[in-house]
Amino acid sequence: MSSSDTHVEEGNEPSEFEGNAYWFRQGAKATFCLPTFILMMAFIGFTSLAHEVGLTLVEVLLMTLFMWALPSIVVLTGAMSVGTGLIPAAIAVALSAVRLMPMTVALMPVLRDEKRTKTWHMLVASHFVAVTAWVFAMRNLPGMPRAARLPFFAGFGATVHGVVLCSTTLSYMALPAIEGPVAAGLVLLTPIYFMFSMYQASRTSGDKAALILGLILGPVFYYFFPGADLLLTGFVGGTVAFVGWLFATRRAEL
Amino acid sequence: MSEVYGSWYWPYVMILIAGFLATECWRWFGVLAAGKLREDSLIFAWVRAVATALIAGIIARLILFPDGVLGDVPIWLRVAAVMGGVLGYKLSNDRLVAGILTAEFVLISGWAFLI
Repeated sequence: MSSSDTHVEEGNEPSEFEGNAYWFRQGAKATFCLPTFILMMAFIGFTSLAHEVGLTLVEVLLMTLFMWALPSIVVLTGAMSVGTGLIPAAIAVALSAVRLMPMTVALMPVLRDEKRTKTWHMLVASHFVAVTAWVFAMRNLPGMPRAARLPFFAGFGATVHGVVLCSTTLSYMALPAIEGPVAAGLVLLTPIYFMFSMYQASRTSGDKAALILGLILGPVFYYFFPGADLLLTGFVGGTVAFVGWLFATRRAEL
Repeated sequence: MSEVYGSWYWPYVMILIAGFLATECWRWFGVLAAGKLREDSLIFAWVRAVATALIAGIIARLILFPDGVLGDVPIWLRVAAVMGGVLGYKLSNDRLVAGILTAEFVLISGWAFLI
């Protein structure tokens, strides 16, 4: 179990394809594309939202670094801004983040290099699983040699992370200087980006129904049950949409 | 509990537990469960629907009941911007960028015209 053993083993691995460092750099280079730019703008939108509700730069950066899933970050921001307790906030964030599990499950067979991939490497790399990196990986990795995939994904994920942290810091510092319509436009970026990307990510008509029900129920529950509105919207809207979809597609016998 | 709440480190406790752990644990479960769970199973379909509705709820809240600068914009203009975005998205064959740009254009130009 000594760490030196692991190290020697890694060093002795045959590098059939130019080596890990090369593929890490290739992944880093692939960062500069449209999805990264959109993500950057979405995080800038979140930064102005966080600035509005009074989060500090350190809090914004810690949330970005440790959570790395914008919808969950916005849910936590919403919870912190109205002073929700730790447990309800954790439940709401966990619910908004459950989708990361099926995404990771689907990514693993693509990312894995048979038995040469260590589980702890996968645990570390899984931190980069979020909509942008996931869509990118599912689209680009299958055409690559197995040994290249994990370093490529790590290079891509780490660079996107770095770029977003830098742009977030810059925008947080520049925000007080931005006024009027443009500032309002930046705050609108987050909900508008989510609305379209959720719609694009929805696979079934059940997902689309959940999206529409959530948009309607959200304000209703916010008005009548502030504090519990997010959980209620999720459970009621999601379950109704799911059951409706089940019946509509005649899968009820399962 | 009330002493902890409101202390300087409270936000960091929130970020660590309600933020980091509540998010990261799903990725770890995903790594460990890979191969054992089918990602197209019914339980995942339900979970995805709940998560989608929850996030849709926060989208509506951010548009209809925002704080600060966006809250200064009249509600009809905010809704008009979203409608414009949906129109731009549909007219451009479901292009994310077109939807976002149309909504931003309606909001920013509309608000610049009003103030």
